[in-house]
Amino acid sequence: MTAFDVDPKLYSPLADSHLNVELDTGDMVLNIGPQHPATHGTFRLVVRLDGERVIKADPVIGYMHRGYEKLTEYRTYPQVTTLINRIDWLSSFANEVPFIAAAEQLMGIEAPPRALYIRTILTEMARISTFLLFLGEMGLQVGAITPAFLGFRDREYPLNLIESATGGRFHPNFNRIGGIKDDLPWGWIAECRNTMRKMLDSCDIFEDLVLGNPIFQARTRGIGIIPAELGAAYGVSGSNIRASGVDWDLRRDGEPLLPYNEIDWKVWTHQDGDSYARYWVRLQETRESARMILHLLDQMPSGPIMAKVPRIIKVPQGETYVAAENPLGEMGYYIISKGATGPFRVKIRTASFSNVSIMPWLLQGIYVPDVITVLASLYFILGDIDK
Amino acid sequence: MGLMTSGALRKGPLKPVGELLNYSRKYSLWMFQWGLACCAIEMGVALAGPRYDVMRLGVIPFPASPRQADLIVISGTVTDKMAPAIRRLYEQMPDPKYVISMGSCANCGGPYWDSYSVTKGIDQVIPVDVYVPGCPPRPEAFIQAIVMLQERIQHEDPADRWQGKGWEPIVVGQ
Repeated sequence: MTAFDVDPKLYSPLADSHLNVELDTGDMVLNIGPQHPATHGTFRLVVRLDGERVIKADPVIGYMHRGYEKLTEYRTYPQVTTLINRIDWLSSFANEVPFIAAAEQLMGIEAPPRALYIRTILTEMARISTFLLFLGEMGLQVGAITPAFLGFRDREYPLNLIESATGGRFHPNFNRIGGIKDDLPWGWIAECRNTMRKMLDSCDIFEDLVLGNPIFQARTRGIGIIPAELGAAYGVSGSNIRASGVDWDLRRDGEPLLPYNEIDWKVWTHQDGDSYARYWVRLQETRESARMILHLLDQMPSGPIMAKVPRIIKVPQGETYVAAENPLGEMGYYIISKGATGPFRVKIRTASFSNVSIMPWLLQGIYVPDVITVLASLYFILGDIDK
Repeated sequence: MGLMTSGALRKGPLKPVGELLNYSRKYSLWMFQWGLACCAIEMGVALAGPRYDVMRLGVIPFPASPRQADLIVISGTVTDKMAPAIRRLYEQMPDPKYVISMGSCANCGGPYWDSYSVTKGIDQVIPVDVYVPGCPPRPEAFIQAIVMLQERIQHEDPADRWQGKGWEPIVVGQ
């Protein structure tokens, strides 16, 4: 007997006989957000409940809609880079790369190998800092406050490196069409090696502290399972779909934008597809990114960091779609150019928008406290949903 | 409340009481975090992170509702869809209440100055005490905002604040 087919005798008109009324067992509507700590910003979820169980969940989005696609029409290409930094604000550097690559494709420019290596290193570093926040915050959502402090502490190290290389803690705006702005500062590579070893240690701490915790396992195992086919049909991408056992990573399977095929690395998948699997996959990917950076530093070529680019950038007429593996999933830009200094139209395919579209299906039939853990384990950024 | 609003705590025999009151308000700011966008992450780092720990300044960043808060921090882009909710929660806060506007977006619209959906400045909706410029501001700038607000509270006359006399906002780094 489930919660939905209870014995009708329990709900007889006499159930509350001293008031002489029949108990109201109607649905209750619970409004989560738009300002709620578990939603990483301004995400609103209207949940219809029967007791503790969710019958229906409706995400209400648009509280962070800033009109990127319209604004790009009024900006030049270098100015657009400043804007798109702020779509997924945790991994700003990774946002820039597909856009710049698309513009380079249209212009027929190829960035020199050293620039591509530095781009790869900084993209992976953005991935590490994004996932460290997740690894801490997910602990917070199941009721453990220590992992959050650890995540915030360890996240400062890659941010320091990004800042010393690019000048910006959050929004580097470092990519240029045809290369990158500056070369790495003196002593950066040695410092980066030390930090990456520190990151590997901190991944071990998270593995012991969070993944091995029986309370964490009880709260996440078997909850919020995304089946592989359904997830793919909804357009779920990134670590969320790899946690459902789909071996698909744009860094390996997509266009070779960055030199990932020159190093040795592995795509991690998990068969379960539940909240625990998503945490596990992200933890392994953080570790893998740190290892990748160590490999890349060993093989770093020398040479120039900028290709020959005209002073005023005009992208020739044409259209292209370039997608890359952002920390949250597939992030792509469809650019139509009419030969001007700015794009004619940019369609932005963001990962979180597709990832949360599965939410009404995913939250059906689970308990209220699990809503928060499932929300946290999907790991979306509001700027990435609302654009 | 009558004593505070009449100005009796700033002069005469009750002056030390008023100063003690200001001193205790200064070091027990309960802060309601309104994290909206990128700045929310920097605010979270500044508040909860072990590196820039804001609790050492006496700011308690975790009230469960605005009804318990003295200070509200608007950090991030305010859209026209969100602005009514901010106004509503601000009105629920008990007086005396303070507002920090963090980041260019909350100050004036920032990089979205020509967007059709962004509110250009939260000061159109609620009165702002401290502006923190930056996109996003560094955690140090946010901590500076807290310190400057605490100085203002220490030297403030609650009666003047109540009547809105001589009030002008602080801009960090000006």
